[in-house]
Amino acid sequence: MDLNDTPEQASYRQRIRDWLDDHRAEAPAVVGSVEDAAYLADRRAWQRRLAEGGLAGVTWPAEHGGPGLGPIEQVIVDQEIGAADVPGVLDGIGVGLMGPCLIAHGTEEQKHRHLGPLLHGDEVWCQLFSEPSAGSDLAAVQSRAVLQDDGTWKLDGQKVWTTNGHFAAFGMMLARTDADVPKHKGLTMFIVPMDAEGITIRGLRQIHGEAEFNEVFFDDVELPSDAVVGGVGNGWGVALTVLMFERFTIGLGGEALGFKAERFARAVASAPSSTHTDAVLERLGDLATDLLAVRFTGFRMLTSLAQGQIPGPEAGLAKVTTVNAAIAAGELIADVHGPAVLDPENEFGYMISFLPGLKSAGGTEAILRNTVGERVLGLPTEPRLDKGIPFRELKSREREATA
Amino acid sequence: MNLALSDEQEFLKEAAQGALARVATMEAARAAIEDESQRPNLWPLAVGAGWPGLVIAEQRGGAGLGIFEALLIAEETGRALAGVPLLGLLPATLVLDAARDETCEAVASGERRPVHVPARPAARATDEAWSVDAVTGGGRGAALRARVSGGTAVVSGAAGHVVDAPGADLLTAVAVSESGVPICVVIEAAAEGVLVTPVRSYDATRSLAHVTLDDAPARVLPVDETVMARAWYFAQALIAAESLGAVQPCLDMSVAYAQERFTFGRPIGSYQSIKHEIVEILRLMDNARSLQYFAGWSGESAPEEFALAASAARSGAGRALAFASRALINVHGGIGATWEHDAPLFFRRAQVSSRLVGGTHDASSRVACELLASAGTP
Repeated sequence: MDLNDTPEQASYRQRIRDWLDDHRAEAPAVVGSVEDAAYLADRRAWQRRLAEGGLAGVTWPAEHGGPGLGPIEQVIVDQEIGAADVPGVLDGIGVGLMGPCLIAHGTEEQKHRHLGPLLHGDEVWCQLFSEPSAGSDLAAVQSRAVLQDDGTWKLDGQKVWTTNGHFAAFGMMLARTDADVPKHKGLTMFIVPMDAEGITIRGLRQIHGEAEFNEVFFDDVELPSDAVVGGVGNGWGVALTVLMFERFTIGLGGEALGFKAERFARAVASAPSSTHTDAVLERLGDLATDLLAVRFTGFRMLTSLAQGQIPGPEAGLAKVTTVNAAIAAGELIADVHGPAVLDPENEFGYMISFLPGLKSAGGTEAILRNTVGERVLGLPTEPRLDKGIPFRELKSREREATA
Repeated sequence: MNLALSDEQEFLKEAAQGALARVATMEAARAAIEDESQRPNLWPLAVGAGWPGLVIAEQRGGAGLGIFEALLIAEETGRALAGVPLLGLLPATLVLDAARDETCEAVASGERRPVHVPARPAARATDEAWSVDAVTGGGRGAALRARVSGGTAVVSGAAGHVVDAPGADLLTAVAVSESGVPICVVIEAAAEGVLVTPVRSYDATRSLAHVTLDDAPARVLPVDETVMARAWYFAQALIAAESLGAVQPCLDMSVAYAQERFTFGRPIGSYQSIKHEIVEILRLMDNARSLQYFAGWSGESAPEEFALAASAARSGAGRALAFASRALINVHGGIGATWEHDAPLFFRRAQVSSRLVGGTHDASSRVACELLASAGTP
């Protein structure tokens, strides 16, 4: 059992570290607002620099501009970037999810047109999946793409929780192309240019007052025939690929968001010692125990990845632990430091405001527990009333029930 | 980065499972509740498997293995609720081996059975004293006291609920000298002034005793405070491993019942509240497993983190078993609270384990103390 790098990994890590040392001066600040045009431009330029140095899209195959390495090397790069206190790529969604999605399902033309600018930060991407009525039940999306006589598509609908929508160049859109078959058989994935006519983007302000994600409205948007990714009617399969890639980040991501036992302990340590009661110690001990556990769960996952295994749904349990431990930490830190901490300008105030939403991001806890219970433990499912029913009929039943 | 078990570790685990499977430990656990003499003597099994010498160096007759191997075996005994006296034994072998003591060979071969009287070191960056589990009440008792002269000492004091003490022929302990310095000693259990009073335990798979010393003669072991502290944290990690092992059967039985028991026309596992409670067992168990890796790894490779890791393992595994043992009963409804089912055995194991060797809550506080002490260090 060895937490250390192999000799090859160690020398790779050193090369990455050396590169970061050489280029650190070019990096913008880690914290900044993408509403600030200058900061956004700096982050794009830094992503280009990272891509040129082989620090972006570490697992992307060489023929698509990446170093073609494995998940361990990606983690090494993420760790070194964190340690160097420089930002990572601007477009995590594009580089981590949409790019790999295109690599898996896109046509040669799509890959050729999009992957280069995506990797280099010239074109940022957003994910157009969830809708107001289709988050947990993603296959129930209602945004509609209708095939026209000339082979183009007409798109109408609405998406929600669209991170980076307001400066993205393209979005990966899950839309309904056939309402007369059961819900997940009638879906198609499309590439949508975010500057197309008929698209309206509206920020959704969160608890902390910032609008880091958006609603996006599609009104008679025209899409070319070559916008389809993975074939008409195969949208659900393409979506599942993206959701699988999401698990890699969720399973290994907590510490990158600053949810670390040592950091929270430092925050408590800096509060007046009179606040360090037995109850406070036990609360800190419990949440720190959980965060230390998920750190080692991450190491176990890396070991499996190195052995060629793909993370299963149980990876979602690490997210439950991490988010709930971070929530407990926020509660504790605000208790020992007082209400001044709640200011969104304060790093913990921001975290406290951000966490309730994060708890649902990537899947609510209830859905996650259902999925793990059923797919990992083999527990029986609840009766489902929508299996095999044409989507059109599902929606009319819903309308009747709520009329 | 490689957290996979080595082939030797896999083999050790399988051999332990195999050896324990030959004993009807669950039936024995039931029988022992009514009649303690029914508790099987698993010492010969442990000796046959080479467990007494596990962490004793090869040159002193042992297997020369490490903390992680010990935890893997402890996990298997926990899974079977088998009363193998590892919790008292292995920390004693750790201090005896560190002292290169003359008893090592006899201990490794199983001729002599030592038991360590656990003593909790001060938390870092505090001026807390060493302490033992109190005889009465759930708090801390004063550490044993020693009058030292050269290589021998005379030891007095009392420690409560010492695991595996009944029938041990050798005791290792930490005692505080008149000048306030902790020393490590070894005491013949048959010596004058040694009183080992077995305590009837709610968990009949455990053998416990209060140990009272009244000017008992002892030999001083030449080990420093780090070793004495390591013995405490080793005990934390061992009880965590036992607890982790016991969670798996709770999960398995809950899943099986939830699949086969029907109500209102469908299996009870299809109801979210039951499904989610069972998934919670899995989540806590998986966390506890990760912490076992932390404890096992740090025990050998990062000893300066062992106090944190072992305490975290204790906290995580303790919470996992406490939850799992109750969830097992909840899922089974009324029948889970009767002897028609094995659930009460796991419940009793959880109840007692969470209060031994400092207790689960104390371990949680210790995690906080370790992190706060590190936070204070510039």
